[in-house]
Amino acid sequence: MEIFLQQLINGLVQGSVYALVALGYTMVYGILGLINFAHGEVVMVGAMVALMSINAMLGSAFPPAIILPVALFAAIFACMLLGYSIERIAYRPLRHAPRLAPLITAIGVSIVLQTLAMIIWGREYHAFPQLFPNQSHNFGGAVINDVQLAIIIIALLVMSMLMLLVHRTRLGRAMRAVAENQSAAILMGININQVISITFMLGSALAAIAGIMVSANYGVVHYYMGFMLGLKAFTAAVLGGIGNLRGAMLGGVLLGLIESLGAGYIGTLTGGFMGSNYQDAFAFLVLIGVLIFRPSGLLGERVADRA
Amino acid sequence: MSRLLFTLVSAAFVFNLAACNKADRASSAENGNDLLVRIGAAAPLTGPQAHIGKDNENGTRMAIDDANTKGIMIGGKKVHFELLSEDDQTDPKIATIVAQKLVDAKVNGVIGHLNSGTSIPASRIYSDNGIPQISPSATAVNYTAQGFKTAFRVMANDSQQGKVLGEFAVKNLGAKNIAVIDDRTAYGQGLAEEFIKSAKANGAQIVAHEYTTDKAVDFSAVLTSIKSKKPDLLFFGGMDPQGVPMVKQMKSLGLAAKFMMGDGGYTPKMPELAGDAANDMYASLPGVPLEKMPNGPDFKKRYEEKFKQEIQLYAPYCYDATNVMIAAMQKAGSADPAKYLPELAKLTFDGVTSKITFDEKGDLKGGAVTLYQVQNGKWVPIETLGMSGK
Amino acid sequence: MHKLLRNRKLHLGGTTLALLVLPFVTDLLFGRGWVRIEDFALLYIMLALGLNIVVGFAGLLDLGYVAFFAVGAYTYALLASPQLGLHLPFWIILPAGALLAGFFGALLGAPTLKLRGDYLAIVTLGFGEIIRIFLNNLNAPVNITNGAQGISQVDAMRIGDFSLGRNQELFGFAIPSVHLHYYLFLLFTLLVIFVTARLQDSRIGRAWVAIREDEVAAEAMGINTRNIKLLAFVMGASFGGISGGLFAGFQGFVSPESFSLMESIMILCMVVLGGMGNIAGVVLGGIILVVLPEVFRNGAGPLQQWLFGKVFIDPESMRMLMFGVALIVVMLWRPAGLWPSTRRQRELEATGDAAEQDTVYDSGR
Repeated sequence: MEIFLQQLINGLVQGSVYALVALGYTMVYGILGLINFAHGEVVMVGAMVALMSINAMLGSAFPPAIILPVALFAAIFACMLLGYSIERIAYRPLRHAPRLAPLITAIGVSIVLQTLAMIIWGREYHAFPQLFPNQSHNFGGAVINDVQLAIIIIALLVMSMLMLLVHRTRLGRAMRAVAENQSAAILMGININQVISITFMLGSALAAIAGIMVSANYGVVHYYMGFMLGLKAFTAAVLGGIGNLRGAMLGGVLLGLIESLGAGYIGTLTGGFMGSNYQDAFAFLVLIGVLIFRPSGLLGERVADRA
Repeated sequence: MSRLLFTLVSAAFVFNLAACNKADRASSAENGNDLLVRIGAAAPLTGPQAHIGKDNENGTRMAIDDANTKGIMIGGKKVHFELLSEDDQTDPKIATIVAQKLVDAKVNGVIGHLNSGTSIPASRIYSDNGIPQISPSATAVNYTAQGFKTAFRVMANDSQQGKVLGEFAVKNLGAKNIAVIDDRTAYGQGLAEEFIKSAKANGAQIVAHEYTTDKAVDFSAVLTSIKSKKPDLLFFGGMDPQGVPMVKQMKSLGLAAKFMMGDGGYTPKMPELAGDAANDMYASLPGVPLEKMPNGPDFKKRYEEKFKQEIQLYAPYCYDATNVMIAAMQKAGSADPAKYLPELAKLTFDGVTSKITFDEKGDLKGGAVTLYQVQNGKWVPIETLGMSGK
Repeated sequence: MHKLLRNRKLHLGGTTLALLVLPFVTDLLFGRGWVRIEDFALLYIMLALGLNIVVGFAGLLDLGYVAFFAVGAYTYALLASPQLGLHLPFWIILPAGALLAGFFGALLGAPTLKLRGDYLAIVTLGFGEIIRIFLNNLNAPVNITNGAQGISQVDAMRIGDFSLGRNQELFGFAIPSVHLHYYLFLLFTLLVIFVTARLQDSRIGRAWVAIREDEVAAEAMGINTRNIKLLAFVMGASFGGISGGLFAGFQGFVSPESFSLMESIMILCMVVLGGMGNIAGVVLGGIILVVLPEVFRNGAGPLQQWLFGKVFIDPESMRMLMFGVALIVVMLWRPAGLWPSTRRQRELEATGDAAEQDTVYDSGR
């Protein structure tokens, strides 16, 4: 039982990160109908910038309680700038192009960002310094540490703030309007370019936060870290119904749980024939299963009638 | 914008041509007084393993620079060595292209590749063209088992290393219930299999065999299920990028077992990045500790001065591999692959990693393996095993 | 090139001759490494043409296409290597690989027919990963694929005593192994081009286009969309299978890392960059994406030397950087691909209106 509880916690922590990154995919998709393949790299840049700022301040007299927020803001700022530029350079000129064209530019951006990160920050793994003592807590035999608790809490906080923003503010209303119908939104006096830019920047800010969470939790930062995370988060977004904010959160948490329970119990389920080596295959099988019964994801309503 | 691209592409192409011509021109230098010997190096210089690949290139470069400073003579001629380094991107397909390119450039020998997955397909091309290939780090048994006369390695293979590791775990560390994780790469799979064989043969029980990937950072799920089996030792067949978060998560989950890795874990990054969590963990490295070899400490010092970084992993092996190749050329009095290959096969050479002799397959004879432990954030050699024969 | 296709009779001879002497000329000018690159270019052209059927003709976004390449390669490797102790001739294995890949195509297609657009993309991506994960792990409890270590010592392709794996003497002059493979791959590529071209102009080809443009309307016109979509998957997959088999015989070694997600993405890039739906464009895309990184590989260092007087960024990083930038620039410059099909070109030229309506009304549907 405590093993099961531990696996739930493992999944929840992992899932919270997926959810934050998945939100970035889903927000862009909801508005532009575009898979922003470079989003994973934004997470990586966030982690790298945070690491750089922390290392710059570590030697100084600043206490950790100041260093962390400063690093956080530096990362968020850098990522927002990056998100804005990506949209301007690689996506906006292609808004009316055949719809696979932006997919290729996205892949191009992803390669460029990865290579630039490799040139700037080097090929090796970096340690992400531990700023605060990280204590473990015991819940009925299962263990969770401070960083993991913080991840879950911050993820919840950020997501509820985003929901408030989208559903309770003028800007949020404008975003929903653009997602619904771009030309009608123009007629309503909405500056859609601005709204789209802001969407990219918001998604990138979430990516920056996720990047710091991941680095703090695992203690390592690497220029290649964005790729896998981005892929998983994209999967999570689709699982929940891409374009749907609640879906991205649900999908993220579910994917985290599926992975950890899958890794923990596939062996038992198949009588030892398969093991945790089929963890990813299992996750994809669940995804395919869900999509067969709900072709637009768990919470997705609209059918994207394009190919 | 398109014009700029076009210009760039065509300029790149022109220079490409120019580069080819340069190689041709250089080969005509052989007719002069100096003998030009080209050594090819192949490793991933981009992608996730780029840092280790660059380290390999550095090791080879150092051997070549040393040889050039020393002014080595082969067959009565002064030799100028040239390094041709290629990026195989850890991709088996690119590896064969790179191999063919090195063959085209008329290299006299190749140091590489880093991985088994690239060394194996490339070895066929080197063999077809009679070019000796010494891999510094490919450990798959398969690599030298293909029957190619040109394939060598200066590193213990999986079976040699796995055997020693298994023995050490059971006999020296007294492990009875062992859990194993492998990263499902050619390296991790091979090492874990051989480790399991050896541990079982020595009377231990494998209570869990779990898996991860070489891109993962979260191991909490597999570690949790391993925790429930209560092992006294966890062996991970994989590299340090996974090892670091794994050992941290072990501690965080309260999994109290000894932690052990193969050569993929013996890196300065391991204790540096994992901090206290890495204390007391074990890792192995084929060969004898650098400090104990006559030229080892000197090599280490010069490497750090020259490249402004610590040795990552296999640089000493690349250094040795290159020097072995040069020594064979000197002995044969020729840099012609066909002439020095037989010498290479029967050479005995004192390297910085160990005494190097090849068996009939091209594997390292003897294959000493040293076990290290992290003590107070530093790797400390514990014991060198398997010195005498296989 | 365009005229060349029209005045076939005039230019056919010239093209044939050019294609025939190409490996020898390349060998002479650039070295044998480039002949090998040409071999890979041909393999990738076959893959891109196969994927083009699914993506370009039928409009189904497939991000896991490399799975079929893997199925073909592993079929060959398993049936002609010491792994299972089987050594069947390649003219049996290649069709078997194509058939098996086709079967897997149907396996993927059948449950996903209902899915549209990006949902299909992620499912195909997942399918590709599942195949790779199985290949990577089927070494226990029974060793079938030898796991991540891959299968080595795969037999070369041979007919009787004539093996493509060795250099051969023909009519008193030596033909290296890479050249022999070039001719074999060229033959298969031409075959694939021929089949695709005929398919495109057939009832089936028009049905695919109809589905791509408007599935509901296509169904209303009496097209059996289910079967026609399945056929696209199966046809596309079988081309991938053939290419995979050839790859295994050429390399002599297969391992799961050759079939990663990045490969699928690269093949998709070839199709889109070249010009989706247009055979000539796709061929062009395949050539460019195989050759360009290799040009950058040798050119990146000297180019910097020439531009700035010294090498700022090491050539390997520069190569990846230039490749990424090239992808972006080409797509910005020609959003429909370098050489789009005339139909797509017409759509784009019919003012931005038509295209804009897509994005506007689509979201409300």
